[in-house]
Amino acid sequence: MSGPVNWLSQIAAVTKFGLLSMPQRRGSVAAAAFGIAGVVAVLVGVLSIAAGFRRAMAASGSPDAALVLRSGADSEMVSGFLRDSTRIIADAPGVARTPEGPLASAELFVIINLPKISTGTDVNVPLRGVERPALKVREGLRIVKGRMFEWGRDEVIVGIGAAREFDGLQVGDRLKVGRYLWPVVGIFSAGGGAADSEIWSDATVLQAAYHRGDSFQSVFVKLKSPDAFNEFKDAVTADPRLNAQVLRQTDYYAENSTAVTKLITTLGYLIASLMAVGAVFGALNTMYSSVSARTREIATLRALGFGSAAVVASVMLESIALALLGGVLGAALSYVAFNGFHTATMNWQSFSQITFSLAVTPQLLVQGVVWATLIGAIGGMLPAIRAARQPIAAALWEL
Amino acid sequence: MSEQATGNGALVDIRGVEKVFRRGAEDIQVLKDLNLEVPAGEFLALMGPSGSGKSTLLNLIGGLDHPTRGTVSIAGERIDQLSDHRLAAWRARHVGFVFQLYNLLPVLTAERNVELPLLLTHLSKAERRAHVATALAAVGLEHRAKHYPRQLSGGEQQRAGIARGIVTDPTLLLCDEPTGDLDRKAGDEILGLLQALNREHGKTIIMVTHDPHASARASRTVYLNKGQLTREPND
Repeated sequence: MSGPVNWLSQIAAVTKFGLLSMPQRRGSVAAAAFGIAGVVAVLVGVLSIAAGFRRAMAASGSPDAALVLRSGADSEMVSGFLRDSTRIIADAPGVARTPEGPLASAELFVIINLPKISTGTDVNVPLRGVERPALKVREGLRIVKGRMFEWGRDEVIVGIGAAREFDGLQVGDRLKVGRYLWPVVGIFSAGGGAADSEIWSDATVLQAAYHRGDSFQSVFVKLKSPDAFNEFKDAVTADPRLNAQVLRQTDYYAENSTAVTKLITTLGYLIASLMAVGAVFGALNTMYSSVSARTREIATLRALGFGSAAVVASVMLESIALALLGGVLGAALSYVAFNGFHTATMNWQSFSQITFSLAVTPQLLVQGVVWATLIGAIGGMLPAIRAARQPIAAALWEL
Repeated sequence: MSEQATGNGALVDIRGVEKVFRRGAEDIQVLKDLNLEVPAGEFLALMGPSGSGKSTLLNLIGGLDHPTRGTVSIAGERIDQLSDHRLAAWRARHVGFVFQLYNLLPVLTAERNVELPLLLTHLSKAERRAHVATALAAVGLEHRAKHYPRQLSGGEQQRAGIARGIVTDPTLLLCDEPTGDLDRKAGDEILGLLQALNREHGKTIIMVTHDPHASARASRTVYLNKGQLTREPND
């Protein structure tokens, strides 16, 4: 009898016998499965750092928000405007308006040193001076503890991520700004975006504390709609009084996250690849011992008429099943251990720390399981070929 | 079962068969210009000392190996010319094997072991069950159907092995030292069973054995000595 249905039923039968005999080989099966689980957990864990970082940056901007920097500046650190320029920008067409005025916030961006709670070492933390429209320019920003600082007073509010990661940023603490100590009066949440890592104060008082005169570094703008971007951009860039570039906030933060996510992703793949080589040998060893332990059984099945192709496929499937077991275990471990884990890292574009939560996304879990499947397939290939090539007559007598 | 004999009336027709194994640089000739005819319905015993080529000959008849030279025809079909793939399908249709060490799968019950060859057929699950029940009844093992090999005695395991060998009603039943691992009493029971299968059901059986007591149950005995067949042990 021949045909695909028969062939599939042969594979199913031989695979079933292999899987049923797994408990008899539980030591080597567990070792290989844990090896593969380790690869998947490390891969997913490291990539979840990049995914979390990318997600934090993506949450920092909305399509109807724009950022204006000086021409040629690739970050707020190296940008600069005088107040006159920020007024022209705020009055440009395309900017959303309220009865109080245009939704544009000219902002100041400085870096202060604070100890990281987890390590105790000093790190760069962004301190941002904002104008009144800042709270409306950024969607979803809300005070979660304490209160908003009072305009014109030496007070700060702290992003929820910064309050969690850096020392001395709880409500009631006093923050050293230049030569002054400013009280922390509130904690705010920006929905997981970059602002969660920042400390905010009134731009005017920050200018004075840092002797910045009446200068700013950027203007954050809320547009009438996402479609108003080009109108706004054309008006700003064409104005001869301005030397400015206009970016969508989403593009700016995506660009900001590229270097870090690229490095983390590369490292993740490198480490996981090295571990995967070890895991392949683990799977190879397990499947060789599986085939060796079942030499007579496999030969008996082939003597009864089961095809060698079915034997190859079934050994491969057994190896993949073993790897999937490890893969699912590793994915579950990484989800439990890493998803939502809070951390902070350096954002090289702004030379300051950004706090974020690790994100074990469904895509990463699928990717981990795909890696496990590949490890199983590669590890099972040679043992499968060996099983199919064993001379039946001799193998029938193997003990 | 329909058994088509070859032109000369034999179900098994072996002509000029040689089998050479290569071990390193050395060629070992196990079978030399061997001719054998086995008519349908015969119970043939193959005897000979260790290394005489008995199992090699049985493997050639069962399509587990190819001869180096010569022809092997079973029921008129030249199996020496079949590819490994076609041989596997041919074995499933035409041959039942009974092994000295039973070769049952330890993870399956007796009935599931017996069912194995039927997984290669188009029979439905219900039909397979019916065939398995018939085969187990034929060997007197229906009461142990749900037991695993480790729960069966040697004799019972060999009965399961025979049930697996006959469940597809094959053209040929090939037995390699079927009593070699059993005590005398269990061995006698197995031989009685094989004899009954031959006499009552017309099953063609070729049995390799060392044991003259076992060969006495066969309808004919041939001897292999240094790769050649003889009528008497010392020819």
